Amino acid sequence: MLVRIWFSDNILTHQDKSLSVVFATRRWRVNLWQVLPFLIAVLVSVPALVVLVHLAYPMGEVWQHLADTVLSRYVINTVWLALGVGVIGLFIGGGTAWLCANCRFPGRSLFEWALLLPLAVPTYAIAYSYAGLLEYAGPVQSSLREVFGWSRGDYWFPEIHSLPGAILVMAFVLYPYVYLLGRAGFLGQSGSASEISRTLGRGPWRTFFAISLPLARPAMIAGIALMIMEALSDFGAVQYLGVDTFTTGIYRTWFALGAPQAAAQLSAILLLFVFAAMLMEQWSRGRARYYQVTGRDRLSRGIQLRGMSAVLAVIACFVPLALGFLVPSAQLVLWTVESWSEVIDKRFIEYAWHSVSLAALTSALALFLALALRYSLRIGGGWGSRLCIRFAGLGYAVPGSVIAVGVLLPFGFVDRTVDEFAREWFGVSTGLIFTGGIAVMVFGYLVRFLAVALGAVESAMDKISPQLDDAARTLGCGPGQRLWRLHVPLLFNGLVTGGLLVFVDVMKELPATLILRPFNFDTLAVRAFELASDELLAESACASLAIVVVGLIPVIVLSHAVGRFNHAMPRVGDAA
Amino acid sequence: MNTCLPGLEFAGVSHAYATETVVQELNLVVPVGSLTCLLGPSGCGKTTVLRLAAGLETLQIGWIKINGTRVADDTDTSPPEVRDVGLMFQEYALFPHLTVLGNVSFGLDALPAETRETTAKAALAQVGMVGAANAYPHMLSGGEQQRVALARVVAPRPKIMLLDEPFSGLDTELRASLREDTLRLIKETGATTLMVTHDPMEAMLMADHVALMHNGRVIQAGSPMDLYRQPESSFCARFLGEVIDYVGFVRSGEVVTPLGSVPAGGAEDGEEVQILIRPEALHLDQETEVGGVKAKVSDQRDLGPHTKLALQLEESGEQFHVNLSGRDLPSAGSKVAVHLDFSMVFVFPVRDR
Repeated sequence: MLVRIWFSDNILTHQDKSLSVVFATRRWRVNLWQVLPFLIAVLVSVPALVVLVHLAYPMGEVWQHLADTVLSRYVINTVWLALGVGVIGLFIGGGTAWLCANCRFPGRSLFEWALLLPLAVPTYAIAYSYAGLLEYAGPVQSSLREVFGWSRGDYWFPEIHSLPGAILVMAFVLYPYVYLLGRAGFLGQSGSASEISRTLGRGPWRTFFAISLPLARPAMIAGIALMIMEALSDFGAVQYLGVDTFTTGIYRTWFALGAPQAAAQLSAILLLFVFAAMLMEQWSRGRARYYQVTGRDRLSRGIQLRGMSAVLAVIACFVPLALGFLVPSAQLVLWTVESWSEVIDKRFIEYAWHSVSLAALTSALALFLALALRYSLRIGGGWGSRLCIRFAGLGYAVPGSVIAVGVLLPFGFVDRTVDEFAREWFGVSTGLIFTGGIAVMVFGYLVRFLAVALGAVESAMDKISPQLDDAARTLGCGPGQRLWRLHVPLLFNGLVTGGLLVFVDVMKELPATLILRPFNFDTLAVRAFELASDELLAESACASLAIVVVGLIPVIVLSHAVGRFNHAMPRVGDAA
Repeated sequence: MNTCLPGLEFAGVSHAYATETVVQELNLVVPVGSLTCLLGPSGCGKTTVLRLAAGLETLQIGWIKINGTRVADDTDTSPPEVRDVGLMFQEYALFPHLTVLGNVSFGLDALPAETRETTAKAALAQVGMVGAANAYPHMLSGGEQQRVALARVVAPRPKIMLLDEPFSGLDTELRASLREDTLRLIKETGATTLMVTHDPMEAMLMADHVALMHNGRVIQAGSPMDLYRQPESSFCARFLGEVIDYVGFVRSGEVVTPLGSVPAGGAEDGEEVQILIRPEALHLDQETEVGGVKAKVSDQRDLGPHTKLALQLEESGEQFHVNLSGRDLPSAGSKVAVHLDFSMVFVFPVRDR
């Protein structure tokens, strides 16, 4: 009898147990890898929940005052801002994405990555630049007056300190979101889909509208949603350009009116706007699966543009690049040259150090948490862990000012309670334990930017075949060893990218920093904002420029990835 | 003989993903040092059995023993890292960040550093890949990658080898040579082996024993030839090789087919049965022979090792194709008398279908 195989219903009846019995008897163990995601998710969702809970509170006197005076303006301006930035961004980003993905014209390979450069410019920095360029005493109006001999009142000139002004400057730095995702959407299409359409008798234009555009649409909608979320969280640009939106309203209500509860209620309403944009992004992401990256078939494609159409294509790509990056950075550079000798002193170095150390600390923590979260999911998380990770990532959509309010309210409460308790029982004041230090800042940043690290770790980890884990396990590796010997080395590039992205986001973040910082604790972003608010634009440029320069690093990393994506070729001769 | 000792043992194992049961009441013993094939169509649950043996899935019902030690039952499953099993995948699953040598020595942590490299190199030499020790996986061809994967599996000398369709990503020639190398190495290490495949030829070529799975159950087990020659179900008969099939009713212990009457085996009179005839049951004789069913060869196509004949039966006009081996097969246009070898004709009640 070599192989014995039998059916258990006649021999092994004692094994006939139902699944439910089995699960009931299985030993229950506390598993760190399963508890961790839950804890992190709870912690990270505290600010948004705190804010949302305020919707249920009775609306106070301050709220009544706000409703009577400014609330309708906030709503109208915020809606217009989101719509305007979305539509303009779609035209700029979608158009350049299509040109770079499907056409061949001089300079295309340059534009392909250069069109991403505006991502490095924070919205407030571009607002300062254009305000300086276009104001009455600025270089544009001055030269117009000189050339045409006009004087004040002779001519009409668009006012940059206005809603359209804010929409335009923001659209020119945010369009890369649509460009990046839209381009991937166009490139990811299998070339054969369009070719089949052509063989079925549709011309290039009809093919574009019938095939290419619908296939790229989910990606572009996701890009627009990201743009809108960024526009909704902007504080520096709208504040400087004098457009009243929810973010400026929250800031004013918190600091000028000293009404935390009303500020939280405003935050909650802003969050509802953000959720709408998020739903749009989720919906499109769910549908985005139908584009597929295939091997080489896209390399042969590309409409060769000649003559006039080539010139137009170059102009169409150059204008957004110039207006979104070249002009504002040139202005910042000029101002810096003018003012650096006065601005760069010991204090400036201190601000820079504050920015860099906060950013480094936050990105290290964010990477650590993201790695722990994703890895716990990988080694046996169910839908519970999955849900926790989704929650932990939601903070990215929440505007910095909302997070700041949501962080300060609970921590402030804890501080006051502890202080009262200590005074009552020990006769000493503990002061502000949490809210006075940088811990709340780092926490606020983590809430907002954990998603960035999660995304980077996730996309890198998805590329690691689960069979590698299985192979390592059968070769004797436990969970910790697998993380260290397999995942960390394989994820290295993803971790570096994620860390960089968080680093830069923290450097740029203005509203959360403004509200959460300890007294007299300045960073580059705060300094740039304060000087610009005092109309010392030239003096503020140094700090802005520093942020832009740091922001260029991840953009370069990203553009490198863009280039690689395009020139994906089978590896030949790698063996050397 | 130690071949009767169970090396890998499953008893009463059932497994479900969400609500879908993929393995049902599996009882299977792989004797020490033997190679058993789990054969079945895709989706029949055979890969799950392998993953359960490796410990990559948590056991839900039943128990699993390796060399007499319980490694999993319904209260506890020991993790794969302590089971001393080697698993080989269809997709090689080499670690992309390690060199070939790094991959092979990955499972040799327990050894001191010097021995580790020698052992890994020895394993590489066994698969003829020692020259590529410092290369990275992406620099190798598919066949070479699978050789390295093989070396990686055997290097730690596992007690149990689990192979998950290890050759299906390769072309015919590579597959044959790799199959031989694998068999040789497995025999050398003396590991108890469970291999999953959907290819009956592969099972017949490699296995000492075959267990045929269908819808999560083992429906027949035995030596490869048992399954081929004595299938216990129409599914088994069809899965293991080509058949010509008919349906008919039993009359006085026989059933009439266009190819002549066939003994109905145990089937009762009046019962509807299916008759499965292996091509090699057909004996084609000169037309002048007495008896047999008269047929005309309407087409003949030489396929190398065997020949495809189109036969048209004279009485019914029915036409069918058979692949036959051997020379001197009748040419197109000739007339033949068909006799049946009943040992290669299987009769099953239709409800079994």
